[in-house]
Amino acid sequence: MKRSKRSAIDRRQTIDAYVCISPWLIGFLIFTIMPISFTIYYSFTRWTIMEPPVWIGLKNYIFMFTKDPIFWQSLKVTSLYVVMSLPIIIIFGLLLALLLNLKIRGMNLYRTLFYIPAVISGVSVAMLWTWLLQPDVGMVNTLLDLVGIKGPGWFWDPVWALPSVASMSVWKVGGSAVIYLAGLQNIPPQLYEAARIDGAGRRQAFFKITIPLLTPTLFFQLIIQMIECFKVFTEAFVITKGGPLKATYFYLLYFYEEGFQHFNTGYASALILVLVTVIMGMTVFVNYTSKRWVYYAGEDRAS
Amino acid sequence: MSIPLKGQNKGISPVFNKRITVNIKHVIKTLFIHLCMILIAFFFLVPILWMLSTALKLRWEIFAWPPEWLPREPHWENFREAFKRVPMWGYMWNTLRIIFFKVIGELFAVPLVAYAFARFRFPGKKVLFLLVISTMMIPLQTKLIPLFSMYVRFGLIDSYWPLILPAFTGTPFFIFLMVQYIKTMPRDLDDAARIDGLNNYGILYRILIPLCVPALTITVTYTFLWTWNEFLQPLIYLNSYEKYTIQLGLEMFKGMWSVEWNLLMAATLSTMLPVLVLYFFAQKKLIGGIATLGLKG
Repeated sequence: MKRSKRSAIDRRQTIDAYVCISPWLIGFLIFTIMPISFTIYYSFTRWTIMEPPVWIGLKNYIFMFTKDPIFWQSLKVTSLYVVMSLPIIIIFGLLLALLLNLKIRGMNLYRTLFYIPAVISGVSVAMLWTWLLQPDVGMVNTLLDLVGIKGPGWFWDPVWALPSVASMSVWKVGGSAVIYLAGLQNIPPQLYEAARIDGAGRRQAFFKITIPLLTPTLFFQLIIQMIECFKVFTEAFVITKGGPLKATYFYLLYFYEEGFQHFNTGYASALILVLVTVIMGMTVFVNYTSKRWVYYAGEDRAS
Repeated sequence: MSIPLKGQNKGISPVFNKRITVNIKHVIKTLFIHLCMILIAFFFLVPILWMLSTALKLRWEIFAWPPEWLPREPHWENFREAFKRVPMWGYMWNTLRIIFFKVIGELFAVPLVAYAFARFRFPGKKVLFLLVISTMMIPLQTKLIPLFSMYVRFGLIDSYWPLILPAFTGTPFFIFLMVQYIKTMPRDLDDAARIDGLNNYGILYRILIPLCVPALTITVTYTFLWTWNEFLQPLIYLNSYEKYTIQLGLEMFKGMWSVEWNLLMAATLSTMLPVLVLYFFAQKKLIGGIATLGLKG
C-alpha cells in the first residue's frame, strides 16, 4: 500500500519534471542537436544554399588540408592570436585580481571601474580602438609622439595588425580578474592564520596557499578564455576586415565569408567542424594535464 | 585619499612609539596601493574619456597640432548630428523590442527548467543537466548554417524571430545560475507549502519565484547586455536597414562617415551609454553572477 503511493508520487514528480524542462528539451533538440547533426552532414557535401547538397565524402576536408592556403593562414593567425592574447588575460587578470583582493577602503569603486571595459563589447569597442590606434591622429600615437617615438601603423600595418588586435585584450582584463577574485575570496582565511602561526612568511603563504588553492579557478579560466580567444571575430570584422594582407584573417572571419557571403555552405560546415575539433582537442589536453597541477581540496594527494 | 588615514589614526597614543611607526608604514602602504589603483583606473578609463572628448570637438580640433586634449567648448550638437545622419533612435528601439521579447522568453523558461533540475528527482536528470552545462561550451557558429537554412525555409530571414525564439527555450547559462540559486533555498519552504495544499507549480510560482528575484534580475540584466552587444546573429539574420539593431547600425555608420571622428565617437558613446547606466545600477549583482559561474562551472 505504502509502496504504491510512493511510486505514484515519483511518477507524478517525473511527469512534472519533464513538463518543466520541456522548453529547454525542445530547444535542445531544435537549436542544438538538429543543427549540429546537419552541420556534420553538410560538411561531407558540396552545397551552396540555393541547390540541394551533393554528397562528396571527405573532399571538403582533403581540399582544406591540401589545397587551401587561406585555411592554413586563418588557422595560423587565429592560433597566434590565442598565443598572444591568452597569457595576457590569464596573467594580467590574476595580477589585477590580487590587487583588488587587498583590504583597503574604496576597493568596490575600483572594482566597478575596472570591470567597465568588460561590459561594453561588440562593435562599439572595436570603433573605440579604431580611433585610439589611428596612425596619424589617434591618442596612442599622439602620446608616443610627445615622447619622441614614431608610433607604428597599428591595424594598418601587416606586422602590427595582429598584435594590435591581441592587445585589445589588456583593456578587457577586468572580466577575467573578477572570476579570479571570486576564487581568491573563496580561500578560507583560517589557512593564512594557521600558516602565520606556523611561522610562514607572506611569500610562502602566497606560493603554498594562494596559488595551489587558486588552481581550480585557473583551470576554469584557461578553458573558458581559450574558447573565447578562438572565437575572435567582431574586432577583425569591424576594424580590419581581415587585412592588411590577411594578417588578421581570423578563422571565424573565413567561416563567415565562406558560409554567408559566398554561400559555400558545405565547405563552411567543414571549416567550422575543424575549428571545433581543435578547440575540443585543446580542452581535452588542458584537462589531461590538469591532474598534475590542479589542486582540489578534499582530495588525497599523498596517494 | 584622506579617508583611510582617519580610521588608522584612531587610538594612537604618543606613548606607544612602536605602534606609530607601524601605523605610518601602514598608511604609506595604503597610499601606495591607492596610487597604483588610480593609475590602473586611469588606464582603463582614459580611452572612454578620450572618446567623450573627441565626440565634443569640432572637426578641425581633432586634427589640430599640437593636439588638443579637451574641446575648446563642448559641441553637444555633434550627438544630434550623429543621430540625424543615421537613424540611431530607430536602431535602439529595434534592439529594445528584441530585448523585451527575449526577456519574456527567458523569464518563462528559465525558472521552470531550473526548478525541475533543482528540486525534482527524475530519470535522466544527471545526463540532462550535464547536457545543459556542456551546451554552454559549444560555439554558436557550429549551429549557424543549418539554423540559417532552416529560417530561410520558414521565411523568417529578415525578421526578429531567429533572434527571439531561442530565448523561449532558456539560455543554459541562466538555467545553471538559477538552479544554483534555487538549491540554496531551504526545502522546508516547499514542504510547508505542500502541506498548505499547493502543487508543484504553485510552489514554484507562489513561493520560489518571489524569492528568486535577485537571480531573475541577473537574468534580465545579462539578457539586456548581451542582446545590446550582439553582432553576429543580427548580421546574419537581418537584411533591411530599417530593421537593424544598434550594433549593426553603428557598423554601417562607420562605413559611411569614416573620417568624421567626432560624429562617429558621439554615435559610439551613445551606444555604450545605456549599457554603462545599466551596469552602474546592477554592478554588484552582475559581478556576483559571473563569480558564481566561475566557481562552480
